[in-house]
Amino acid sequence: MELTGAQIVVGSLVREGVKVAFGIPGGQALPLYDALYDAPFRLVLTRHEQGASHMADGYARASGKVGVCFATSGPGATNLITGLANAYMDSIPVVAITGQVRTGVIGSDAFQEADATGCTRSVTKHNFLVKDVRDLARIIREAFHIAATGRPGPVHIDVPVDVQRAKTPFVWPATVRIRSYRPISAPSDDDVRRAAELIRRAQRPLLYVGGGVISSGASDALRRVAEKTDTPVANTLMANGAIPFDHPLALGPLGMHGKYVSNMALQHCDLLISCGARFDDRVTGDLKKFSPKSKKIHFDIDPACINKNVPVDVGVLGDVRRSLEKLLPLVSRKSHPVWRREIKAWDKKHPLSYRLGDGLVKPQHVIKTLHRLTRGEALVVTGVGQHQMWSMQWYQAKRPRHFLSSGGLGTMGFGFPAAIGAKLARPDRTVVSIEGDGSFQMTMTEMAIAVREHIPIVVILLNNYYLGMVRQWQQLFYNKRFSSTALTVKGANAADGKEPTPGRDPYVPDFMKWAAAYGIEGYRLTRNEQVEGALRKALAAKSPVLVEAIIPRDENVFPMIPAGMGVENIIVDMA
Amino acid sequence: MKKLPTKTSDGATDIVKTNGKKDRHTLSCLVENKAGVLARVSGLFSARGYNIDSLAVGETEIPDVSRMTIVVKGDEKILEQVLKQLDKLVDVIKVSDYRATPHIERDLALIKVKANKSNRSELMQICDIFRTKIIDVAADAVVIEATGDEEKIQAFLEMLEPFGVMEMSRTGIVAIARGKNVLSLKK
Ligand SMILES: Cc1ncc(C[n+]2csc(CCOP(=O)(O)OP(=O)(O)O)c2C)c(N)n1
Ligand SMILES: [Mg+2]
Repeated sequence: MELTGAQIVVGSLVREGVKVAFGIPGGQALPLYDALYDAPFRLVLTRHEQGASHMADGYARASGKVGVCFATSGPGATNLITGLANAYMDSIPVVAITGQVRTGVIGSDAFQEADATGCTRSVTKHNFLVKDVRDLARIIREAFHIAATGRPGPVHIDVPVDVQRAKTPFVWPATVRIRSYRPISAPSDDDVRRAAELIRRAQRPLLYVGGGVISSGASDALRRVAEKTDTPVANTLMANGAIPFDHPLALGPLGMHGKYVSNMALQHCDLLISCGARFDDRVTGDLKKFSPKSKKIHFDIDPACINKNVPVDVGVLGDVRRSLEKLLPLVSRKSHPVWRREIKAWDKKHPLSYRLGDGLVKPQHVIKTLHRLTRGEALVVTGVGQHQMWSMQWYQAKRPRHFLSSGGLGTMGFGFPAAIGAKLARPDRTVVSIEGDGSFQMTMTEMAIAVREHIPIVVILLNNYYLGMVRQWQQLFYNKRFSSTALTVKGANAADGKEPTPGRDPYVPDFMKWAAAYGIEGYRLTRNEQVEGALRKALAAKSPVLVEAIIPRDENVFPMIPAGMGVENIIVDMA
Repeated sequence: MKKLPTKTSDGATDIVKTNGKKDRHTLSCLVENKAGVLARVSGLFSARGYNIDSLAVGETEIPDVSRMTIVVKGDEKILEQVLKQLDKLVDVIKVSDYRATPHIERDLALIKVKANKSNRSELMQICDIFRTKIIDVAADAVVIEATGDEEKIQAFLEMLEPFGVMEMSRTGIVAIARGKNVLSLKK
């Protein structure tokens, strides 16, 4: 039987097991949306295509499956770009399908024409412009395969409107064969054996784990390797939850705003075992001073990541889970009491801390309370800024795929829509979106989706009236010149172009009124003693809720290793 | 299974002609002959800030496969990244680095030089010595076709300098291995 291209898209997505997709229709996506009207999967209408791309991303992070989003041509496609770039940097499998002007007019500056594949080329793992309906099913099959295998990533398919309308028999290819794409997933015996040998000789080993551990499902293998070899585990932002936070070998986050103990361990280990982490500058700081005493092993799926920033002694190319599983029987049981004692001492010396102060709501306290009330088992999604770093520090997760954050791109506006995607992937979990007032305002329009689709999400808005993370840098490194970081209304000084004064000048929007406008429950916290009660109520809610915590405007994130510096420059506290 | 681009020992340079420039590398890639491939490859170089000296692309003995010869500048570390990043592009079938392989490089240059009756024969002598061809003659200019590796073209250009080079168009380097060694589709 012949189907239209649009029907083939829907049929192919069904074959790929798609359960939910996100997007917005438009002129060049009309045939597609007409076919989607009959789709057996859930179709979520977002309020902005950026929201759609982050929802698909959040869905993929929470479920481990490929996330799907749609947009029309031109502005629809360009609105997806941030979300695709975000997924690309964090290696998240997403397939984005866009409408395009008909093939006959491509290149003529037709209405709503943009060179969409030209735009997405540098922010996707691969992309396709479909010119013939007979290629469509194969291309969709290939797109899902490319997105989900090797180092995962987003793939974009641009489908001109005449291809959506054209008819052909629907033949779902039985297999995928791309001669130019054959990622390695099985590690070589030799490499794993050489890694085991270094581990056997190490006295002060450290596992440095990143997002690859989550995406390859290596948590279990990681825990077993760590336990058998008595090796502490420090995680990147992307690997929060890779090992349960309460595991005796879990050190917690490392890097610029990581824990003192994790960074000291990194600096003093004699063997650094990197698993699915890419030696990002937010972790390494000054490369010349990075972990100077250690031999280095790097397990990674991406050959280009091995030896890119830091030369390693043994690189093991392959799927991290398979590599660690292969490694496990080759390592002998070990214990490192001296090393463990040193680590304990560092942890004691500078544990994470904050001052409660005079009854004001402290952001760390809010997150710590959330952690206690949810026993670290909620699915937490963050925006980007100080609140993200406090979340990383104070919400160390119990499980993988339960802490979602924009790591590589640092995309403000990612969090809330990603939380919606995550809740659709895991309706059984409590999903908490921890937001900053700046980040939230970038995509909070998607609250309409949470309401429209009855998606219960707890939003905790840590409102400091500032683009706080930038304000912190201005305070520390730019002479307290707070250029364009206060989010309040310009007050008495407005005429002379001066910045507003938070505390005196009013704030817009009034988030309680905003919540009311969406018909959702809102709680505003101004005193510390309100925190637990409000969180309890919010966590029990069956519909979206907003908890706005008014936090001190000048609270900073510590510890901090200033950009490009080494651990010895760590600022533990302002005082 | 996909292999990593071949790594070679540092000592390899003595069997390969490097034209005296040690940070210059000649790479050859087999790519799918599809729309957008050139943009993917050139986009990779600009996005990652690698310096290309030349990039030449053309058909191969296999109908749907094109071959790109890329001359890049950079140290060992950059070269390793370039090879790996190229190899990661989905439409790139195979990447190879010619450092350790005896190979032949050729560049074709069309050069327009000022010449008239009085100095034309002197110019022809120079062309003879370099085994290049004059392929167009006008009253006050000639067009010369020169083929060779970079060194030869460079030397030839220096000889042409006194006449006055008016215009030049070059293909960029293309390369092929000596002997029966071939760049096969197998990864
Ligand atoms: C899309 C985008 N624009 C700009 C930035 C730069 N930036 C990083 S953090 C930050 C401030 C975030 O403010 P807010 O969401 O209120 O979080 P806070 O730091 O106050 O907790 C900014 C502007 C960014 N990361 N992303
Ligand atoms: Mg803020």
